[in-house]
Amino acid sequence: MAVLESRTKVQLGGRRGGPDLATLRGDRWWIQPIVTMSILTAFVVYSTWAAFQNRNYYVGSAVHRDLISPFYSPCLGGNCVPGSSIGFGIHGWAWSPALIILLFPLGFRLTCYYYRRSYYRAFWWSPPACAVADAHGSYTGESRFPLLMHNAHRYFFYFGLVLNAILTYDAFRAFYQPGIGWGVTVGTLVLTLNAVLLWSYSVSCHACRHLCGGQSRSFSKHPIRYKIWKFLTPLNAKHMNFAWASLIVVALTDVYVRLVASGALTDYRLF
Amino acid sequence: MADVTMRIWRGDAEGGDFQEYTIAQNEGEVVLDVIHRIQATEAPDLACRWNCKAGKCGSCSAEINGKPRLMCMTRMDELPEGTVTVAPMRTFPIIRDLVTDVSFNFAMAERIPAVLPPPMPEGGYRMFQEDVERGQEFRKCIECFLCQDVCHVIRDHEDNKHHYAGPRFFIRYAELEMHPLDTNDRRDYVREEMGLGYCNITKCCTEVCPEHIKITDNAIIPLKERAVDAHYDPIAWLGRKIRNGSKRSAAEAGVQPAP
Amino acid sequence: MTEYEHHDYDVLIIGAGGAGLRAAIEAKQRGLSVGIVTKSLLGKAHTVMAEGGIAAAMGNIYAEDNWQVHFRDTMRGGKMLNNYRMAELHAKEAPDRVYELEQWGALFDRTKDGRILQRDFGGHRYARLAHVGDRTGLELIRTLQQKVVSMGTDVFMECKVLQLVHDSAGRIAGAVAYWRPTGEFVTFGAKAVILATGGVGKSWKFTSNSWESTGDGHAMALWAGAELIDMECIQFHPTGMVWPFSVRGLLVTEGVRGDGGVLRNAEGERFMFRYVADMFRAETAESEEEADKWYADHSAGRRPPDLLPRDEVARAINAEVKAGRGSPHGGVFLDIGSRRSAEYIRRRLPSMYHQFMELAGVDITREAMEIGPTCHYIMGGVKVDADTAATRVAGLYAAGEVAGGMHGANRLGGNSLSDLVVFGRRAGVAAADYIDAGSGPADFDEGEVAAAIERALAPFTRESGENPYDIQRDLQDMMQANVGIIRNGPELADALTQLDGTFSERVANLKVTGGRAYNPGWNLATDLPSMITVSKCVTRGAIQREESRGGHTREDFPKASAEFGTFNLAHSVSAGTYDGEFATVRSPLLTMPDELKALLEEAK
Repeated sequence: MAVLESRTKVQLGGRRGGPDLATLRGDRWWIQPIVTMSILTAFVVYSTWAAFQNRNYYVGSAVHRDLISPFYSPCLGGNCVPGSSIGFGIHGWAWSPALIILLFPLGFRLTCYYYRRSYYRAFWWSPPACAVADAHGSYTGESRFPLLMHNAHRYFFYFGLVLNAILTYDAFRAFYQPGIGWGVTVGTLVLTLNAVLLWSYSVSCHACRHLCGGQSRSFSKHPIRYKIWKFLTPLNAKHMNFAWASLIVVALTDVYVRLVASGALTDYRLF
Repeated sequence: MADVTMRIWRGDAEGGDFQEYTIAQNEGEVVLDVIHRIQATEAPDLACRWNCKAGKCGSCSAEINGKPRLMCMTRMDELPEGTVTVAPMRTFPIIRDLVTDVSFNFAMAERIPAVLPPPMPEGGYRMFQEDVERGQEFRKCIECFLCQDVCHVIRDHEDNKHHYAGPRFFIRYAELEMHPLDTNDRRDYVREEMGLGYCNITKCCTEVCPEHIKITDNAIIPLKERAVDAHYDPIAWLGRKIRNGSKRSAAEAGVQPAP
Repeated sequence: MTEYEHHDYDVLIIGAGGAGLRAAIEAKQRGLSVGIVTKSLLGKAHTVMAEGGIAAAMGNIYAEDNWQVHFRDTMRGGKMLNNYRMAELHAKEAPDRVYELEQWGALFDRTKDGRILQRDFGGHRYARLAHVGDRTGLELIRTLQQKVVSMGTDVFMECKVLQLVHDSAGRIAGAVAYWRPTGEFVTFGAKAVILATGGVGKSWKFTSNSWESTGDGHAMALWAGAELIDMECIQFHPTGMVWPFSVRGLLVTEGVRGDGGVLRNAEGERFMFRYVADMFRAETAESEEEADKWYADHSAGRRPPDLLPRDEVARAINAEVKAGRGSPHGGVFLDIGSRRSAEYIRRRLPSMYHQFMELAGVDITREAMEIGPTCHYIMGGVKVDADTAATRVAGLYAAGEVAGGMHGANRLGGNSLSDLVVFGRRAGVAAADYIDAGSGPADFDEGEVAAAIERALAPFTRESGENPYDIQRDLQDMMQANVGIIRNGPELADALTQLDGTFSERVANLKVTGGRAYNPGWNLATDLPSMITVSKCVTRGAIQREESRGGHTREDFPKASAEFGTFNLAHSVSAGTYDGEFATVRSPLLTMPDELKALLEEAK
């Protein structure tokens, strides 16, 4: 038996109490990982499909609408459909332009503290639920590459802010409809909701809370940071809710734009 | 009230098994009351650790129906109908019945570099409520070690006990890093020696905390972000170089575990 | 002969609560080797149960506050039975002991200008209790524990001391103990021993004390030749939970009343206005309006009667219940929900909120709590010298609840935590001085060790005998009924007969089943002799003190008597042995110097 280096004598590898079972829990602990796994899988499948479509992501002036799918904005390919480009792009890009920018929101969510909790539980079963045995024999957590890359979360957060700004601009632009003028359609509301939820997800992020104020030792010496931190703290407590809401709405926004762009649906004008 | 059947794990390092006791229930009782009654009648040598019976000392930790909980704060009437299973904490070596050897935790406590405030000015230190509030949340900890018990990093991987402090001590490190008077810097130490990177923030520690401390959100994640500040963030590193390192690293500060 | 492990230290400290840990820090700082022995794990001691705060006249809220006022409050609260010198040292040194906790990492609640916030408490003229919400005891023990650990102190956890060991000249030479996890014996050689074992409350049925409070230190000191004083003075805390029955006795902090909670009977009346004793009439509010004004501004009205010293409030509650105006489960109501906002209550009293929510299903922000008196604290204890905490046995010191004299006949809330750190430190200093003077023991009486071990193992060897739990239950029932909050001569006499007779016999003949490793039945069997010994002292004191004073109320002698106010009752056992005959004598109070007398006169 190994001994832990300390004044207190600790024998490692001692026999433990209780039966040698993966868990003694009798409740339905497996429901939560299954639900998480289902939603995340559905999202990944759909977003991969949507990202490779390379069409129906933009509704332009031809139909008096200006809606763009968040998966494709900003459209940075040299091959963007007319009207969707933000003015510059990668010349000669032949694949779907979604593939250029999706890396950033994907990275943001992949390194997000909340999603990490969810997919470690649902996909990696490490652990599948509290007091249920880890499915793996050895474990080093996030202390080695590649999971060490989670420490880059704040950089994805910064990029996320840029994307949020662009999607906010997209939503704003949607209210102006070429040939008609200002007006509100279901599509503009969808884009707006999407932008609001993405902002909520970003500002409720743990890295944001830390960078805006949490990092200081003494709040009384930094009253403004303290105010911001105080404001962000309750939002941070809802990070999980924003994570799910924004994930689902971003996919539904793409669905909506795709349906309108393909002509399957008319973007109903409210006023 | 109807009788209840308690399935209690009994045994020691040689092995053991569940034993069933059927016993009367009274209104408003907690699991520890029932255990005590079994002790006083059927099994005087049934080992269980307890002190205050009020959720303040954190002694009577066990796994009730498979969930890590305090026996004194688990009311019988909140448990589902049927047999109640009580087993010792899984993460620590067994002593006897429901009592485990938690000395791992005391060993980890010894390794914490102590608080290092400046000399006290006449009339005491000045600190403000907003400065102490974050630390006060962590100081609510009653050291029941349920978070250590549920943490799969050591629950399922004994070898990690060499280099992993566990949630209880991450909140202690967070408290010290947020302490308005402390001048020590333990960020590299927590990352390098105390296994901060081993935590994969699955939040079970927060789920089981009887004091409702937001262990993951308020302590571990802020610590991980501080580790990024100190070690991984190139911009923060550049900023430190420019400001000529007003913050010292743990190694520079000569932080050593307590003697 | 039984084999056992042995450890040598300069200072052996028995008990790891506030007093023991503070003493350890002091001795350690003097460069001595220190061993701490505790019955449970480090950090679980009963100190964690202290809720309201630590009393120290820092004057952060009311600049008028100073050690003189604190001294006066303590003496009056103690009904003048206190060791005046202890009360004086305590009042003078408490602020420094609080400030030094901050140096070790404690985080008290703050005032707006960044100083330590102080709260109102019963019997204290000014807001004086430094606190952290309603978990101040936890803060104290965690701070001291972390300091002790960082100093690299040896702590023997779950190790129960059975008896002190002398040298051939009668000086203290160490102790004999056993490990609870294994049941193996262990001896400690020490030049000085500091007792910091806490209280005795587990001998009563309704108590706020944990299983540990069995009076081991009281009993061991007595057996070792020290004297116990004021043992009849037991504090029944006025507000313990009364329902659910399984948590009856669990403490409800006085902070509830300090923060605006009031007591009501079943008719909704704030009955405390009818129970103001003459001694406190001048400074107590006469109407609800006046009392309510006081909370916001202490100069706008006089103190509410709900904040009278604990003995007064406990007796009033007892009388209301007896008069048939009690709550459904035999207590009265404590109402803060209708008087303060839910947010305020949750912030100021978080653990009370959880305690009632989780154990009783009562939301104290909306509903009143049902409360009643519960055995809480023993003012009496080992007779010590005020300045050094030394007992009359060379090398033996006592600090904290196990020591007597500081609180007289009744302790004020908040004075216990400050008592721990003030006299814990003093015991550490004195033990170090004693050792520096080269006054340690010459040898180690192995005979005492062998006898103690034999006694401890005897319950395993008997063919038949009683279950220790039955004896404990009967003892608790008997002490609650006969030596409870209101006492009388015949019941006390009956109690003493039972203690000397049947209980002593039953304990001498009990039987333990199972092995020695972590056997709670056996652990209880080794606690029972202490409980019986302490109960005898309490009962003997209660019989002989033919008056009512503080934590001792005789219905056959309802008034305080001037004659009884001049002495403590001191108990000892003949020849300082385990089986000796009890003796109880009158021990005159110390004479107070004139300048302190003047302080008390001024207040009148």
